[in-house]
Amino acid sequence: MIAEGKYKIEGAYYAIGKKYYSRVLGLTEVDNERVKVIPLKGKYIPRENDLVIGKIIDVGMTNWSVDINSPYTGVLQVTEVFSKPTSISRSSLSNILNVGDVILAKVIAFDFTRDPLLTIKEAKLGKVSKGTVVEITPSKVPRVIGKKGSMVNMIREVLKVNIIVGKNGRILVIGSKPEYEALAVMVIKKIEKEAHTTGLTDRIKSYISKLVNEEGE
Amino acid sequence: MKKVSNITEVIKLLDENGIRSDGRRLDEMRKIKIEVGVLKNADGSAYIEMGNNKIIVGVYGPKEVRPKHLAIPYKSLIRCRYEMMPFSVSDRKSPSPSRREIELSKAIREALEPAIFTEEFPRTMIEIFIEVLEADGGTRTASINAASVALADAGIPLRDLVTAIAIGKIDGKLALDINGIEDQYGDGDMPIAMMPQLGYVTLFQADGIFTSEEIEKAFEMAKKAIWNIYEIQKKALKSKYLQIVKEVDINE
Amino acid sequence: MSDKYQVISILKKDAILQLLKKNERIDGRGLEDFREIEIFTNIYNKAEGSARVHLGDTKVVAGVKASIGIPFPDTPNVGVQVVNAELIPLASPLFEAGPPGEEDIELSRVVDRGIRSSEMIDNKKLALIPGKKVWMIFIDIYPLDYHGNLMDAFGLAAVSALLTGNLYETEINEDDIILKENKIPIPINHVPIFVTIGKIQNKLIVDPTFEEEMVLDAKITYTIDENNNICGIQKSGTAGFTIDELIMARDIAIEVAAKIRKYLPLKKG
Repeated sequence: MIAEGKYKIEGAYYAIGKKYYSRVLGLTEVDNERVKVIPLKGKYIPRENDLVIGKIIDVGMTNWSVDINSPYTGVLQVTEVFSKPTSISRSSLSNILNVGDVILAKVIAFDFTRDPLLTIKEAKLGKVSKGTVVEITPSKVPRVIGKKGSMVNMIREVLKVNIIVGKNGRILVIGSKPEYEALAVMVIKKIEKEAHTTGLTDRIKSYISKLVNEEGE
Repeated sequence: MKKVSNITEVIKLLDENGIRSDGRRLDEMRKIKIEVGVLKNADGSAYIEMGNNKIIVGVYGPKEVRPKHLAIPYKSLIRCRYEMMPFSVSDRKSPSPSRREIELSKAIREALEPAIFTEEFPRTMIEIFIEVLEADGGTRTASINAASVALADAGIPLRDLVTAIAIGKIDGKLALDINGIEDQYGDGDMPIAMMPQLGYVTLFQADGIFTSEEIEKAFEMAKKAIWNIYEIQKKALKSKYLQIVKEVDINE
Repeated sequence: MSDKYQVISILKKDAILQLLKKNERIDGRGLEDFREIEIFTNIYNKAEGSARVHLGDTKVVAGVKASIGIPFPDTPNVGVQVVNAELIPLASPLFEAGPPGEEDIELSRVVDRGIRSSEMIDNKKLALIPGKKVWMIFIDIYPLDYHGNLMDAFGLAAVSALLTGNLYETEINEDDIILKENKIPIPINHVPIFVTIGKIQNKLIVDPTFEEEMVLDAKITYTIDENNNICGIQKSGTAGFTIDELIMARDIAIEVAAKIRKYLPLKKG
């Protein structure tokens, strides 16, 4: 039980009457009468409009199966790849996206009764041809992003890398230099491990400058 | 463990001072140690030592159901396998699942499932694998204590942890947390699991003979022990993350 | 029976729940009433003991076979008791052929423990040459028609078959055992009765039917001997009970067991 009585509770909790219980192994942030429960770990459950990074695991007659690091396998229909109606045979489907290909996609529909539908029709979505994909526990994605994107922006600036954060705990890092790409991966892993500690942003900042100095030597 | 067959008559479970064969009082629990996150592949894991019992639990999921037709449209399928390793008991146990193991797998699953928000993950499954490395009475309750911690470690939403203890009957008296010898030569065994915060009993079994009054008394004894174990479970979960906080502090 | 949820319609489910709110049941019974019981014993002559039990529409059979064998090394001076149950496809479209699953095994083990814990069979009398030769009693239980609460029906069938069963009289000639023509009753000490109580929301019901089982949150089986001692407990199902509910269920079980006891066949001898 985390609280009883008049509280404003957010995050992963459930209530029985006026008693509030945490429902996950997590951290509680208490701020006056506001309590927030933040899970430390958890699987990715798709939601509409989520940006995800997926891996093609099967090529079907009219669609691809996509591993999105979730208990639910993503489905990418041919119609969500091309803007114009096209007639394509199965063999040519695998010419477009084959098993093992990584894609940046958006969840367009998911209601638990059927597997989540993905699209790559919008701008910036599609097949990923370079960079490194880091996998972290999806519940820690907000920490990597930071308050209003502060954490991810800092890494972007200092290490001169492009970072695309998938809601499913997969993060794509594309660096101008491969060394910096590797450094960014290390930084993200550190954030994941220390996500529940205080003073994280400052510590990560000094960690990056230390790494950059070592790299320079 | 010594071979004890054919010497039934000489085994004395309780001495004249009310002290048990392993030196405990009737209401005394064995030592418990729980470690969290002991396996890397599993989504959640825990290792427990409860007296001489040594048990490791791994949890996978929620994940896709294989084979697919077993998927349940409105909730997650919970699978549980309780297994004793052949070397965990004095006479080697055959590696194929025994009837006891199959029944206990079901009983343990039904002790844990009430705590899991299964309805939030339709068409998925959660797998709980319990391996007993060394057994000395009360493996099902120790397994439940470890498995609920492993479920929490996996980040699976839970109404509460599930905490369990067995009440036995030796020399006609109720005894907390009976060990292997007490189970074998005692007059009864009553394992109980609860969601302590919510007050629900999720596993309740017994063999041996108990009077009506003894059942009420057993609940009282069990409740007290269960709150103690509950604290140990929570501490174990916290310590995994506190360890990282400590490391961070040292490095600064 | 992994796909229970498909078996009963939502309409029926609602009907059961609505009635229960008024403490009524779909077949008109009160919450603590059990269905009509009929017991037929000594019906299969090749068996040492046999019984068919009807609990409402649920029909089950049990047979006892006995043979002479070697005792277990850790219990050299008592006979051997084996209980087996199998949910055969004859009895329900929900049962599949194949090796016994969790439910079959749970049912047989709960019956086994009830008989064992109550010391129903006078096991010491089954030791013919202690340490060497003992009677082995096999109790096999099968459903014929499944309409809920196999647990209590299985228990009643096993107990009835044992109560009315016979063993050959024996004569010991050094290390040999000679079976005589005369038969004597299986030695019986106590008689356990199995009472299963279902929980639906906050209601406790005795002897659930198949439809009620499909909406049950959890079940508790108490095994009660003739002195009102509890000689077996098994909780099953995917929800929990409060301690108060379990105590209440225990009291109901003791009352119901006394009523069911009146249907038992007379002990032989």
